[in-house]
Amino acid sequence: MTIAGWGLILTFTALTALLAKPIGQWLFALYEGRPTPLHRVLGPIERGFYRASGVDPTREQSWLAYALHMLAFQVILTLFTFAILRLQDVLPMNPRGLAGIGADGAMNTAIAFVTNTNWQWYAGESVLSNFSQMVGLTIHNFLSAATGIAVAFALFRGFARHESGTVGNFWADCTRVTLYLLLPLSVAYALFLVACGVPQTFASLVEAHTLEGAKQAIVLGPVASQEAIKMLGTNGGGFYNANSAHPFENPTALTNFVQMLSIFAIGSGLTWCFGKAVGNTRQGWAILAAMLILFTAGAGITYWQEAQGASALTHAGFAGGNMEGKEVRFGIAASALFAAVTTAASCGAVNAMHDSFTAIGGMIPLFNMQLGEIVIGGVGSGIYGFLLFAILAVFIAGLMVGRTPEYVGKKIEAREVKLAVLAIAVLPLSILGFTALAAVLPAGLAGPLNKGPHGFSEILYAFTSATANNGSAFAGLSAGTPFYNGLLGVAMWVGRFFVIVPVLAIAGSLGAKKHTPATTGSFPTTGALWVGLLVGVILILGGLTFLPSLALGPIADQVTMVAGNSF
Amino acid sequence: MVDTFRSALRPALVMTLGFALLLCGAYPALITGLAQWALPRQANGSLLIRHGQIVGSELLAQGFASPAYFHPRPSAAGANGYDASASSGSNLGPASKVLADRIAKDASTLRNGTGQRVPADLVTTSASGLDPHITPEAALFQVARVAHARHLPEAQVAALVRKAVEEPLAGVLGAPRVNVLRLNLALDATATTGA
Repeated sequence: MTIAGWGLILTFTALTALLAKPIGQWLFALYEGRPTPLHRVLGPIERGFYRASGVDPTREQSWLAYALHMLAFQVILTLFTFAILRLQDVLPMNPRGLAGIGADGAMNTAIAFVTNTNWQWYAGESVLSNFSQMVGLTIHNFLSAATGIAVAFALFRGFARHESGTVGNFWADCTRVTLYLLLPLSVAYALFLVACGVPQTFASLVEAHTLEGAKQAIVLGPVASQEAIKMLGTNGGGFYNANSAHPFENPTALTNFVQMLSIFAIGSGLTWCFGKAVGNTRQGWAILAAMLILFTAGAGITYWQEAQGASALTHAGFAGGNMEGKEVRFGIAASALFAAVTTAASCGAVNAMHDSFTAIGGMIPLFNMQLGEIVIGGVGSGIYGFLLFAILAVFIAGLMVGRTPEYVGKKIEAREVKLAVLAIAVLPLSILGFTALAAVLPAGLAGPLNKGPHGFSEILYAFTSATANNGSAFAGLSAGTPFYNGLLGVAMWVGRFFVIVPVLAIAGSLGAKKHTPATTGSFPTTGALWVGLLVGVILILGGLTFLPSLALGPIADQVTMVAGNSF
Repeated sequence: MVDTFRSALRPALVMTLGFALLLCGAYPALITGLAQWALPRQANGSLLIRHGQIVGSELLAQGFASPAYFHPRPSAAGANGYDASASSGSNLGPASKVLADRIAKDASTLRNGTGQRVPADLVTTSASGLDPHITPEAALFQVARVAHARHLPEAQVAALVRKAVEEPLAGVLGAPRVNVLRLNLALDATATTGA
């Protein structure tokens, strides 16, 4: 460990907090539907979209209509990409003559990108044409992110409005977020990436003659345009198999730092936007504080463990940390930090191979996801997931002080608590249920690359990543089989929409309630006590639910390492 | 409920097509146009050209076996490593016997009976399998072998290495590193000019 390494982690955390307000202000304008300076340029496109699709953006929807319109969009988008992947061989921009994708693989990938997971069973550069990448996949990098933010906006309105029957208009939210936030940021960001060395071309292949006379086939493509929104929208689906570890996706230490910040940028802004929406920005800061406490602890542990090194290295006398599966230009600290960031958010991009992390260093990313990716979290999904925990936390506080729980001016009653528990229970049910299934069936046991407890970790990580809509992997697992494509596809769909629908139901239920003014007897939800309670509830729920599974995987792995055994 | 869902299908279809045109057509076309016009070198893969021939990309490792060249880190990309159309790490776990055996074997080859301390990056595969860099220590470790194979004084090769070291940005961001392909090109240039 070095001072520079700790400095990097702390500087990064501070910058994340600094981004909250400026990005939150921009988000708040979109939340309210106020025009931004960009409306002058992009306004005609927005209005054209509404006219062509017969949408009246001023017509508000009930929570149920909002949910149904959202779901209809997701179904069409899934079929759109499924078709493109199946027909890859006859579609344009395929000079390498790549074959169409099989049905199970195409369905898995379509769901993966629609749900903002971007789980990749394939190696992008060897399996997908530039058309599939640019059209079939990039569209979801924008729209799954916009959908997440739209759902968060609907929930904010539920808290902010009183005796209202509506939560907003899905099409208006989705279109505005895409046009006025994601697209302009992506344009600037993509050009920055190109300047740093990320390729952007419609050519697909260059052949180099190496100094020793061999041939090297270099795969190129429109990488930068996909990379920018991959990070901003916490998607994480790489153009190349190695993702942000590939020098073409992430060429320098500077791009690496900016990539990490861009994963957190919008999620951080949404905490501020929430506070503003409910009329007290301190509510937003309290949430961000709880998130950053959990984040810094996780990042610190990962860094500490990676700097110690893996037993395969230390037993052979190699000091200086675990460089297996890491890139020299990033080093240990920036690789550990990236792992913590990408799993705290629902990004899933990686700049190092998590499978080769030390046992505990690899457990933290796993645990981050099992908490539900609410530490900053995915764009939209992070804040609405966190608010579910906030509902549980005020409920527990209410039990302790013996009063009906309230949160930001709304009474939290049986219906909201039940819906919140329903949404939170999806995570353990899907993760533990599917992992148990895969750990006993031959088709599941055929997957892991590593033997011993680490092989179990690979399976557990896959279903955790899929259900939490992360997309990173302990990539040794051979997941490109009908068994894994099918089960992981279900896990991703369930993990996304079995959470979103209850969230929207909570939004509808809260919005219909009267405003309950805070009294001296109300439990304050802005101070240190509240932040501590939040952190406690999140850790206890996550810890109790998943600790047994972690004991079988990473913790057993750690014991193996310390005992000097190997598998 | 069914009616609401059905009435949502038209906007869902039209929005999908509209966004496909904007986000998958206009957006990448705009970025590609600007990138090819303003930043053609980077946009086309930062290729390195010698005598009119593409010899590689400065961002991607390529395999070197000859003792007269500096070697990159071991690679798990493709069957023989350094496959720029199949990036990958080894994905071997921290307590993997396969990993421990590989490290022991590689370290012993590199030591070559000398008992020297081997830098860790030379026995670990990178995440992408295409890491273009090694640490300055890993480059200096190879100086004796390269100098011997080229019949050059060690001090001259070591000077080339020191010149090739890229420092962290602003002194803090990133690690000191050496680009192997660039260093080998510099090495070839030295040999041919006879400097």
